[in-house]
Amino acid sequence: MIRPVQFRLNRKKVRLETDDERILLWVLRSDLALTGTKYGCGEAHCGACTVVVDGKAVRSCQTSLKEIAGKEVLTIEGLERNGHLHPLQKAFLEHEAFQCGFCTPGMIMNAYALLMKRPSPSKTDILKGMEDNLCRCGSHLRIVKAIQAAAKEMKGVRR
Amino acid sequence: MNQKRSEEKETVPDDPGFSLSRRRFLQGLGGGLFVLFSYNVLPAQERRPTDTQALPSDFNAFLRIAPDGKVTGFTGKIEMGQGVVTSLAQILAEELDVPLTSVDMILGDTDLCPWDMGTFGSRSIRFFGPPLREAAAEARALLIQLAAEYLGLGPERLIVRNGLVQDRDNPNKQVTYGRLAQGKIIERRLTSKPSPKPISQYRLIGKSSLRKDGVLKVTGKARYAGDVPLPNMLYASILRPPAHGAKLKSLDPSGIEKDREAKLIREGDLIAVLHPYPDGAEKALSGIKAEWDVPQSDLDPKTIYPHLLRVAPEGQVVTKGGDLGEGEKQAKSIFEGTYYDHYMAHAPMETHTAMAKPEGDRMVVWVSTQRPFGAKDEIARALSIPSEKVRVITPFVGGGFGGKTANRQAVEAARLSKLIGRPVQVAWSRREEFFYDTFRPAAIAKVGSGTDREGQITYWTFDAYFSGPRGVEQLYAIPHHRELFHGHYTGIPGAHPFSTGAWRAPGANFNVFARECHMDTMAAKLGWDPVEFRLKNLARKRSRRVLLTVAEKFGWKKRTKISGRGFGVALAEDAGAYVAGIGEVEVDRASGRVQVKRIVYVQDMGVVINPAGATTQMEGGLTMGLGQALTEEVRFKGGQILDLNFDTYEIPRFSWLPEIETVLIDNPDLSPQGGGEPSIVVVAALIGNAVFDATGARLYELPMTRERVQEALARSRA
Repeated sequence: MIRPVQFRLNRKKVRLETDDERILLWVLRSDLALTGTKYGCGEAHCGACTVVVDGKAVRSCQTSLKEIAGKEVLTIEGLERNGHLHPLQKAFLEHEAFQCGFCTPGMIMNAYALLMKRPSPSKTDILKGMEDNLCRCGSHLRIVKAIQAAAKEMKGVRR
Repeated sequence: MNQKRSEEKETVPDDPGFSLSRRRFLQGLGGGLFVLFSYNVLPAQERRPTDTQALPSDFNAFLRIAPDGKVTGFTGKIEMGQGVVTSLAQILAEELDVPLTSVDMILGDTDLCPWDMGTFGSRSIRFFGPPLREAAAEARALLIQLAAEYLGLGPERLIVRNGLVQDRDNPNKQVTYGRLAQGKIIERRLTSKPSPKPISQYRLIGKSSLRKDGVLKVTGKARYAGDVPLPNMLYASILRPPAHGAKLKSLDPSGIEKDREAKLIREGDLIAVLHPYPDGAEKALSGIKAEWDVPQSDLDPKTIYPHLLRVAPEGQVVTKGGDLGEGEKQAKSIFEGTYYDHYMAHAPMETHTAMAKPEGDRMVVWVSTQRPFGAKDEIARALSIPSEKVRVITPFVGGGFGGKTANRQAVEAARLSKLIGRPVQVAWSRREEFFYDTFRPAAIAKVGSGTDREGQITYWTFDAYFSGPRGVEQLYAIPHHRELFHGHYTGIPGAHPFSTGAWRAPGANFNVFARECHMDTMAAKLGWDPVEFRLKNLARKRSRRVLLTVAEKFGWKKRTKISGRGFGVALAEDAGAYVAGIGEVEVDRASGRVQVKRIVYVQDMGVVINPAGATTQMEGGLTMGLGQALTEEVRFKGGQILDLNFDTYEIPRFSWLPEIETVLIDNPDLSPQGGGEPSIVVVAALIGNAVFDATGARLYELPMTRERVQEALARSRA
């Protein structure tokens, strides 16, 4: 149904007039030119399309605009603040927790939501929380280290 | 940028290959110092095959120093996560004596970069590193010469630090590289070999520099082929057959009329919907009705093996020595084993993607590819235009693993773009990615061997069917042996029901499994410790060193029968690197599930450019290797692919993660060897051997799925 859809995207108000059944991933990538969120599988098996909606990790490839109307959406582009990288981004950099980088935005956004839910995750919490994000290059070891390091840095400080 | 400047050409006189396009390239980038190269500098395997003796008319440069001192390196290699955007820059910065931050690499742009055969085979540093190094050394020598003239000093008085040339006794007498390159277009043809810097003087090489693509990748700003926004662009959704070999019977496109923005394009076999939105294209395509004739086939994961053995070509020798008859005579114990490999998918996180844009009489295509120059030629052929009219640009590639040497999507995008006269993006869905993969081929390996009373292997025969020759060459010191391969990984007509190709360390990923499991089987039957048995039959120093090192690091305890602890070892040589790994597994006998608890892995790759980069490649290969060892298998019925997404095609997840410890052997006397692939070749073998040590059950088939583990357990109990 074509209708105006309003939501907050990376802390800014967005208003679109389009079919609200459309999938969020494609709206982000084409209508809004935010190409950081990636298509990996289209069926919510891989997590490459992960964004955060009202603090929860969501697979944007299976989410319609209707479902996020009025909500707070955060994408990888929204993590940086005033040119400063988020602790997760810094940790991924320092621990070289990426290779080809294609799964990286989804990994970071999923980790962001994980840390919101569990600010002091155990290693098991991290493995469980990241289980549905796939990385073909095999950066898992370093991704875990990066999340652990970011959690430490962020301890107690809510962002 | 058309400033007036004097053109000083310092070059090998009267180069008949100099052409307008070269001049245009030089002027397009502004002034500066350029180092070109002539093909003879490339090692033979990297040279483009030319039909004539004339110098190539296409233009190539290795590096440019701009008037502001910035250094740009040009390479036909591409970045798909192996880190060459950083390690090649390190090599360049090292030889030029400039900070790493002032060097940027331009990768995989066919208009700007030297011709390259493709990024695969763990070759980037091994084979492109040396000519890059030499170009940089030549540039540095020239700059010192220019500085000597500029400062009025003898060149022997000069040193370089961070792009600044100084009088060694009076640092105030100085000039920057940028100043020297200013106002000139200097071409230096690289024909002689200047001496690169000796390893003892390295400041950058051997240090783990932070990756140059890091910030882009963690902020989502890194651009892949699907992230190139162009005005007036269209997205394509292409009609696909339900099975390879299917023929279109009828087509009813009336369904797309519902969407006025959807446009149907048809040219021969290519039928696509173009739309201003990607989801619009997909939706419109689903409105098209098509009927297909699917050819009948009896080929499936069970029948494929007798079929392959039936159609296999004659064996070609990989290595051989001695006299098999003699070896058999000396053998007191005889061993035979047959191993099987299933079809597997590359499954990179980024699907095959391309964006094509017509520019005048040229076609510019951004492609997610491992072979930009190959893509250029394929596009030119498909469009029936000269190759110079095509430019391929390679942004960051979201994983390749050998699967993106195939450029079908680039040709599709170019054809559609030409037909519609607008930019067109083709981004395969995950289902298309699985369907059109050039799979790791199903394969068989037959091993035969014999040992004498002292545990010396007296003879060895190895027949690799359709896996290819890599990893077949004899590693051990066996007096009588012959190793054959029957068919490359690309197959032969009539062998495979779909396309096959190179899958990370092609051939070796399976052949090493067969060899190392067979070694392990022998050791067990003879009552030898697996490590000692290998050492007994191993002469190569580098092999012995990595094996002894990994055994020590792991804490391997000598055993003459299975321990139940689940420890398994494997070693190999691949891409010039010598590697060894030991793994510990836990087998759940009820479910057949194998959990790899720990892997210790040692690699001798000669000089290491970037240790952190080499380490992520080792860890990456080990982690990726878990999938081909335990779960990855493409099921099919003739040309119909049955596994089309990650719900049924299982690749390694976080819960699989073992403790991983990697060790790089210090071997500064050897030039840099391969790093992108070697680690994956020992994974399946060390897991298979570990499962045997844990349970006494031997597996001969990859992947070692739960069902197969359960079957093997049942067999061993019987």
